[in-house]
Amino acid sequence: MRIELKKRDGLSSLFSILSPFIALGLTLIAGVILFLLLGKDPVKALYSFFIEPLTEVWSLHELAVKAAPLILIAVGLSICYRSNNWNIGAEGQFIIGAMAGSILPVMFHGWQSPLVLPLMLIFAMIGGAAYAAIPAFLKARLNTNEILTSLMLVYVAQLFLDWMVRGPWRNPEGFNFPETRNFHDYAVLPRIIETGKTHWGFGFALIAAIVLWFIMRRTLKGFEITVLGASARAGRFAGFSDKKMVYFAFLLSGALAGLAGISEVSGAIGQVRPVISPGYGFTAIIVAFLGRLNPLGIVAAGLVLALTYLGGEAAQISIGITDKVTRLFQGLLLFFVLGCDTLIHYRIRIVTGATQKGSAA
Amino acid sequence: MKKTLLALAAATALAGLSAPATAEAMDKVKACFVYVGPVGDFGWSYQHDQGRLYAEEKLGDKLETAYLESVPEGSDAERAIERFARSGCNIIFTTSFGYMDPTNKIAKDFPDVKFEHATGYKREHANVATYDSKFFQGRYVLGQIAAKTSESGTAGYIASFPIPEVVQGINSFMLGAQSVNPDFKLKVVWVNTWFDPGKEADAAKALLDQGADILTQHTDSTAPMQVAAERGAKAFGQASDMIAFGPETQLTSIIDDWAPYYLERISAVLEGTWEQSATWAGMAEGHVVMAPYTNMPDDVKAMAEETAAKIKSGEFHPFTGPIMKQDGSEWLAEGQVAEDGELAGLNFYVKGIDDQLPQ
Amino acid sequence: MDMTQAIILTIMTAATPLLLAAIGELVVERSGVLNLGVEGMMIMGAVAAFAIAQITGSAGLGAIGGLIAGMLFSLLFGFLTLTLVANQVATGLALTILGLGLSGMIGEAFIGLPGLKLAAIEIPVLADIPFIGRLLFNQDPIFYMSIIAVIGVNWFLFKSRAGLRLRAIGDSHSSAHALGVKVVRTRYLAVMFGGACAGLAGAHLSIVYTPQWVENMTAGRGWIALALVVFASWRPTRVLAGAYLFGAVSIGQLHAQALGVGIPSQFLSALPYLATIAVLVIISLNRRMTLINTPASLGKSFVPER
Repeated sequence: MRIELKKRDGLSSLFSILSPFIALGLTLIAGVILFLLLGKDPVKALYSFFIEPLTEVWSLHELAVKAAPLILIAVGLSICYRSNNWNIGAEGQFIIGAMAGSILPVMFHGWQSPLVLPLMLIFAMIGGAAYAAIPAFLKARLNTNEILTSLMLVYVAQLFLDWMVRGPWRNPEGFNFPETRNFHDYAVLPRIIETGKTHWGFGFALIAAIVLWFIMRRTLKGFEITVLGASARAGRFAGFSDKKMVYFAFLLSGALAGLAGISEVSGAIGQVRPVISPGYGFTAIIVAFLGRLNPLGIVAAGLVLALTYLGGEAAQISIGITDKVTRLFQGLLLFFVLGCDTLIHYRIRIVTGATQKGSAA
Repeated sequence: MKKTLLALAAATALAGLSAPATAEAMDKVKACFVYVGPVGDFGWSYQHDQGRLYAEEKLGDKLETAYLESVPEGSDAERAIERFARSGCNIIFTTSFGYMDPTNKIAKDFPDVKFEHATGYKREHANVATYDSKFFQGRYVLGQIAAKTSESGTAGYIASFPIPEVVQGINSFMLGAQSVNPDFKLKVVWVNTWFDPGKEADAAKALLDQGADILTQHTDSTAPMQVAAERGAKAFGQASDMIAFGPETQLTSIIDDWAPYYLERISAVLEGTWEQSATWAGMAEGHVVMAPYTNMPDDVKAMAEETAAKIKSGEFHPFTGPIMKQDGSEWLAEGQVAEDGELAGLNFYVKGIDDQLPQ
Repeated sequence: MDMTQAIILTIMTAATPLLLAAIGELVVERSGVLNLGVEGMMIMGAVAAFAIAQITGSAGLGAIGGLIAGMLFSLLFGFLTLTLVANQVATGLALTILGLGLSGMIGEAFIGLPGLKLAAIEIPVLADIPFIGRLLFNQDPIFYMSIIAVIGVNWFLFKSRAGLRLRAIGDSHSSAHALGVKVVRTRYLAVMFGGACAGLAGAHLSIVYTPQWVENMTAGRGWIALALVVFASWRPTRVLAGAYLFGAVSIGQLHAQALGVGIPSQFLSALPYLATIAVLVIISLNRRMTLINTPASLGKSFVPER
């Protein structure tokens, strides 16, 4: 017995919509089995995972806060991946962006003015873009593989941040503990609505997603990205420059990662610390693909992934499972979602009996 | 405004259960813990969890606990703490320095919940207490043992991050060693991680290769102990008793024992006597415990026990003058004892340490 | 044993898991599949090796168990990406999340236990060669496996017909398919080989390098292995060089600190990464070489047409 795929003529619009739900169904079944095996009440567990975080207002705000950096980074990455630029160093661009954006509130603490915040955002985008420019330059000019350079630069950025916060940027009134001053009021990214924690980072994420969706769908640039991504040769024939595209994709995704960095630092944390990201830059890669590299899909994917983090915590408390179980469950969910997306492009047949000659097993 | 209302609602709901939370006894308390690492790290978070389990065992039905592990510092920590505050926890222990600001932020919105933050210094609201242990007391004893037993006169120190707690430890270790052998040498390697067994093992090997014959560490894994065992060197454990990883190697270990503190503070909430405090306790209070002295001659053991007893009784303080700073200038005059406040922010070495403190 | 020998030994130990995981991933990528789940397969190998060694009392069985665990785990990736043609990048990342969680659950019973160490095997006569004998011929079996893997993979890819087919698939799965090469089956085998190598690399961590089990003990080594494959521009001998270079710089910076060079440790810690970038830039200046070796259909899904 084996599974055979047959490509559909077009995308199945039915399964585009259905597949996430099939995945959810399978995840629920797997979840029931998993939690029964662990001796936990599956209904309660699944409730904590998927429903509980959505039942309270504060939790919805937390969901937006958690999803904001994921979406913002992932929409930038989607442009990279669509154009065949394998930037996996968004984590580093996030960090450098956050640091560049923090120059004003940390080093020029005395200058408090409404100008500070806009400048911080601009600095952060420049910082993130500049850091992304390194692998872009190396790729476009020297043909150096960007997967390696962008990944290695993540570690460099983490260590640089660590050094800055423990050394030059350390809070002079902080008893030599590794953290900067708290940002002054002008340097704090405001909340979208006064009553909840959701800061403007989430707003930026939505705006970026919509703008990029428009660019991809309706503009020549979007066409250029798609063509160059499909085949650099074909793109060149069409008169597009694949080198310029390398810079465009990297600088754009770097700038968005930098914006995500400063939004997190100034909107959610309020100071710079030796560690400012629990791996947003890497998680965002999953988000980008879960969202099928479509900016609007990424918004949904970012919210779903954020939900599993919040749900995981809720479940740890309510039914006393460990964080290992929540990660396992998260992994299962991702597998089901990725697997079910196959239905959009292919018909699946289960073939029994003798192998057809000439087919790949 | 709505948020404050919500917070108030939550507060009243809590108050409904436990009436004016400050002064009255309760029948049952819920204590919640936020850990920075996995409880299976066999180091920092593991020891905090042992403390939680101890309190659970002692208080039985009167105590319900919950914990969240591997909570990254930053916005995730704030959410974790808020979740606990909202889910009916009466007292919340946040066990990493990076949780300091989130703890204080949430404490403001939940005045009836008690917050206990480990290793920090901010207590911005009446319901926030801080606690930490004087691990440096134990390190002085280690330094003495090292100087007595080392043949090469050199020890290797695997350090994590240059924060005051680690610097206190290095200085205290060196002062202890110098009290026995004024020419004692200490090599320090910073690994920039709390926890990476492979990297810690590499650092241990590097230090042994460069002539150290005794290792001590301010990182969490048992890997350096295993390396020392393999190479026939000696080593000190960290955070927990690591004797199983080096039965013929471990001289002793500084054990972080949070159990007495957790029991005391949770009981205080039960009895309605909880008050804000800043605890920095050491051997005397049972926070810093020395594992059995093993693999050393009797006279060294006797010396170690004597020093530990003196520190415990308060007769001796590891940071007692005369102590010079690394550059040779005077820090503490003859007989002068360092104040806790200064120690808490320590960021320089004492004389004789051959390393530059990362600034 | 003198100090130079000791230092080289330390470097070799540090490099072995990177080398093994990277050589496995190299074969996978040569077949046109990008499996970013190395970290996940490695940690599964680590926990399985430790657990089996504890239960059976044999570190050797542990090593085999680690290898098998990595291989089985990679099948999950294979099923999704090869049979269901799911996106390889995302599936690989999900595999890592799953591996970290599952290994943590399995390993809960083994925390705080000292592990069994896989004993070194001394090769008679050769081990007596001055200086290098001790380094090369008195090592643990997994080290020998790593070297055999490099030589074997090099031979396989460039000297054997099967290797030629595998490279053909990596370069263009459609053309290879048209020529009658079994694309999916070959890729399954490659993915399983990669999983086995990653599993064995994980076993090295938990029963040779630091014989113990702790959560997340791979600490990002799977990622370094992935980077090394690219660094090596998909050539097995360069993976060997890369892994040892990385190991040497990592260990070298610790020694520099112990000597007291007075450079902030963060900068020294960043050296291995910067050195890797620098060397890759120099290599990639030779444009033709890089292009020749890059598997053209890397990361692209394949469905046989009929």
